[in-house]
Amino acid sequence: MKLMYLVIVTVLLAGCSLFVGVENVTFSGLWNREAEAWNIVMISRLPRMLSIVMAGVSLGICGLIMQQLTQNKFVSPTTAGTMDWARLGILVSLLFFTDASPILKMCIAAAFALFGTLLFMGILQRLKQKDTIFIPLVGIMLGNVVSSIATFFALKFDLVQNMSSWLQGDFSLIMEGRYELLYISVPLLILAFLFANMFTVAGMGEDFATNLGLPYKYVVNIGLIIVAIITSVVILTVGVIPFLGLIVPNIVSMYRGDHLKKSIWHTGVLGALFLLVCDIAGRIIIYPYEISVGLMVGVIGTGIFLYMLLRRNAYA
Amino acid sequence: MIVAEKLSKYFGSKKVIQDVSVEVQRGAITSFIGPNGAGKSTLLSMVSRLLKQDDGIVYLDGKNVHKQKSKDLAKTIAILRQSNVVQMKLTVRELVSFGRFPYSSGKLTQADEQKISEAIAYVNLEELEDKYLNELSGGQRQRAFIAMVLAQDTDYILLDEPLNNLDMKHAVQMMKLLRKLVEDFGKTILLVIHDINFASVYSDRIVAMKDGSIIAEGPTDDIIQSDVLKSIYDLDIDVHNISCNRICVYF
Repeated sequence: MKLMYLVIVTVLLAGCSLFVGVENVTFSGLWNREAEAWNIVMISRLPRMLSIVMAGVSLGICGLIMQQLTQNKFVSPTTAGTMDWARLGILVSLLFFTDASPILKMCIAAAFALFGTLLFMGILQRLKQKDTIFIPLVGIMLGNVVSSIATFFALKFDLVQNMSSWLQGDFSLIMEGRYELLYISVPLLILAFLFANMFTVAGMGEDFATNLGLPYKYVVNIGLIIVAIITSVVILTVGVIPFLGLIVPNIVSMYRGDHLKKSIWHTGVLGALFLLVCDIAGRIIIYPYEISVGLMVGVIGTGIFLYMLLRRNAYA
Repeated sequence: MIVAEKLSKYFGSKKVIQDVSVEVQRGAITSFIGPNGAGKSTLLSMVSRLLKQDDGIVYLDGKNVHKQKSKDLAKTIAILRQSNVVQMKLTVRELVSFGRFPYSSGKLTQADEQKISEAIAYVNLEELEDKYLNELSGGQRQRAFIAMVLAQDTDYILLDEPLNNLDMKHAVQMMKLLRKLVEDFGKTILLVIHDINFASVYSDRIVAMKDGSIIAEGPTDDIIQSDVLKSIYDLDIDVHNISCNRICVYF
């Protein structure tokens, strides 16, 4: 599969995404410079499309980095508990810094996400049993504990409504002025690309990396910081999107291998493509209402994930 | 030359290496033998800076190993650890190009590509260079790792049980390859090895360890002696001269 084809399909879908919705926007309307059509596109549709693309690219690459650094194909921001820690961080910022700006909220959420991910990595190092399935299970358990704590405090302080909006990924509320935080992920993704070679070497293990003169701990920390910030930004603007960080890197790994230099762009583009498909499908199925993207990704993602598991076994 | 001076290492309160001093000569194969848990692998890890010793100093060509930049060391000394289980889907060529990392940090130059091709050719894997590692046999995979070390182009090569999981044919191929590296390029090779006959036939010097100390050390012929081996392994071992090789019989 050529990267070019992936990009073309993604651009086409992104284009389609602009014309799907209750308010009828047509291509001819835009062409004839109808003010109404342009308003809808600029205020709602374009921000939505951009945030889908950015979230898709970011989450795919985050998953890729985490899988590489933990040497485990089943680890992602969802299964390592990163997302749950970020949500707890958001709750804390709501409780103690009521008027916090989005940037401050993001910083607090990112700090929590980073702490949680480092804790996960710490547990991982102490685990005697490095079983492939066992490790993500530990992450999921840890994440659930954190998530219960968050829910408890949310109940106590009457913030459940607020919290649930971060529980399930949803693009329907994205509008101009509500998604710009996502742009923070762009420089981080560039940084991730610059470190791609080092992440690959680090993925071979600490001894292997040290033998080649790579400052292992430093590289791992950079990777985890990138993941924590991007995850927090996505949760704050869009909400939790499960599975994407898990399946997209795995699909790319099947046909591109695990050298990040070769797979990072594919992972990003495929992440955006996957999210666009889920979002458009969610908007069409029960038109004029819509199914939240978190649910769509969950349903479609589970299917693909099961297929992958079975296929993997057939080849192993 | 590698000189270790009074190295000690504790894991918790357990002393796995105590007061080990050893000198390894250049341009030769030195094998480290001894029963399980003798501390051979730990010693190799400390010599190659993967593990920090609790006491003592390692000198590499006269310089303290732990005081040098990791990146510079990666150009003089290379180590392959026991298990090279690769979960990552990498091609042979990608793995071998990791060997150039200390020189190019991943941005391979024309000269790097040249070195990589040479290394692959040296271990006869040209036809398989675009295959994924998990599609190779154990022997081929081991050779791919050796090629990576060759691409790393270091004077010192440390191998922890390189014959693990290899059948007889591939084990012999591997040892001949290492011998050739010493003869062709004057490399200095340190091995941890369990098969005493492979150590006897292919190494220049042998260091015998037991319970975290060195109990015998010297040219191969001095160590492959019934009484010395008895003290190392607690086993009656007959030594026979067969076609100029000293072969141990201990079955």
